[in-house]
Amino acid sequence: MDLPIPRPNADTRPYWEAAQQDRLVLQHCADCGARQAIPRSYCGTCHSANLTWRDSSGIGKIASFSVVHRAPTKAFRDHLPYVLALVDMAEGVRLMLNVIGEDRLDTQIGDPVRVVFEPRGDDGFKMPQVQRSPA
Amino acid sequence: MSRKQHTARITGVADTAMGELAGSTALGLHAEATNAALKDAGLEAQDIDGVLCGYSMTVPHLMLSSVFSEYYGISPSFNTAIQAGGATACIMLANAVALVESGACRHVLCVTGDNRLTGMTRDGAVAALATVGHPEFEQPYGMSVPASYALVAQAYLHRFGITRDELSAIAVSARKHAALHPKATKRDPLTLADVSESRVIASPLRLLDCCLISDGGAAVIVSAADAARDTRNPVRVLGSGQGHTHEHIMAAPSLTDFGCKASSAMAFSQAGVIAQDIDVAEIYDSFTITLLAELESIGFFEKGEAGKAALAGDISLGGRLPTNTHGGLMSYGHSGAAGGAFHIVEAVHQMRGEADARQVPGAQLSFVHGDGGILSAHCSLVLGKE
Repeated sequence: MDLPIPRPNADTRPYWEAAQQDRLVLQHCADCGARQAIPRSYCGTCHSANLTWRDSSGIGKIASFSVVHRAPTKAFRDHLPYVLALVDMAEGVRLMLNVIGEDRLDTQIGDPVRVVFEPRGDDGFKMPQVQRSPA
Repeated sequence: MSRKQHTARITGVADTAMGELAGSTALGLHAEATNAALKDAGLEAQDIDGVLCGYSMTVPHLMLSSVFSEYYGISPSFNTAIQAGGATACIMLANAVALVESGACRHVLCVTGDNRLTGMTRDGAVAALATVGHPEFEQPYGMSVPASYALVAQAYLHRFGITRDELSAIAVSARKHAALHPKATKRDPLTLADVSESRVIASPLRLLDCCLISDGGAAVIVSAADAARDTRNPVRVLGSGQGHTHEHIMAAPSLTDFGCKASSAMAFSQAGVIAQDIDVAEIYDSFTITLLAELESIGFFEKGEAGKAALAGDISLGGRLPTNTHGGLMSYGHSGAAGGAFHIVEAVHQMRGEADARQVPGAQLSFVHGDGGILSAHCSLVLGKE
């Protein structure tokens, strides 16, 4: 069973389109300077619609993680155990991503990570993920 | 801003049988709980002029409160449904209090129930619950409710050096209480080793760190102060408060401090009490980490101390703050919106001195708390003896 593919909407489409080109982009508010992880039509800090997209450095660190042994759906059962993580990006936003790579089960809080793009499904929809990147 | 103490009373409470209830339906559980709560209050169905429902996963509906009122056969003058995950029951109660104190209603029925165990299977319930995760930015990464609370647990353990046994002690204490409740689902003895050796669900959380999935229902009737006079054994609602900081765990402002801090501060202040005055607490405990984080965020224990307190017996009957004296969501039962209502039912039993073997001697003040989502939506209540 295939893993779910995000279904972008007007708020989120630029994020997923950039991911298909191996770029992580984040919304910056041109009025107050806030950055936000989940894309929106409005700034979640000052409520302005004056938002711009900028490339992320792709660098972050693990804020927390869990090695998941009980999947929420059948699709994820084939991938157990997998690592679910909250990643604090250098830009100051927090994303939920999977830690992938051979050493994923060694993940610890504070680990430096970098964003990679993992193809999913028949059409190779690219999902931002992270790998541990020893300093 | 100071708020005057509430005047509303809880006049009737009831919950149904709990666990795997073959042949049960969500609406049937609503009706069963309603009949029992009316009897408990000494009221008739026609006395109810307000109805608040929560949500049901086996009967997902845009208008559950209308569906229930038709099913049960009442035509209230105020009728609506409230959805705030595990905070639903407490938020329903807070709304009922506002309705009777404003004069809009005399007796408001808050009713919940779900047959999510026999009606949708455990796998089905786990999958449905995961939809609290963001559809694009959380769910496609295999987010689940246990895994999300595990993210909190991992951060909490890392920051405060909580040991495995401290977390396990939360589950063990709940089980000790459940053993004293004839309706509790899990009543067999539980040891720290049982918890630490149970299988990993999402590290660091193991199976016995997690709540149950049960069929069950519960109803609470809230009445205006003067309307409560004719009822059997009313209990006072003294204070209430809410705190809302996020829905998605990736958007939570902190992984170690939550909206329960604000909600409990509001409730305590309105009631004119402090945390240390509380005799018995019934606090949402979807996972061991949920209760541990809430006990500390609310201020019952210092940061990093709740687990040690649990190990020392401080949250068990006879301890400093007996907590979840019915066994909570981990051992009594958890039926969605009704899960949080079981905490209210138990608190009312405690305030009336009707908690039998679980009674906290001389209890005058109780604290009830509900948490919805991933520590997202919080509602706190302070109840007092009439």
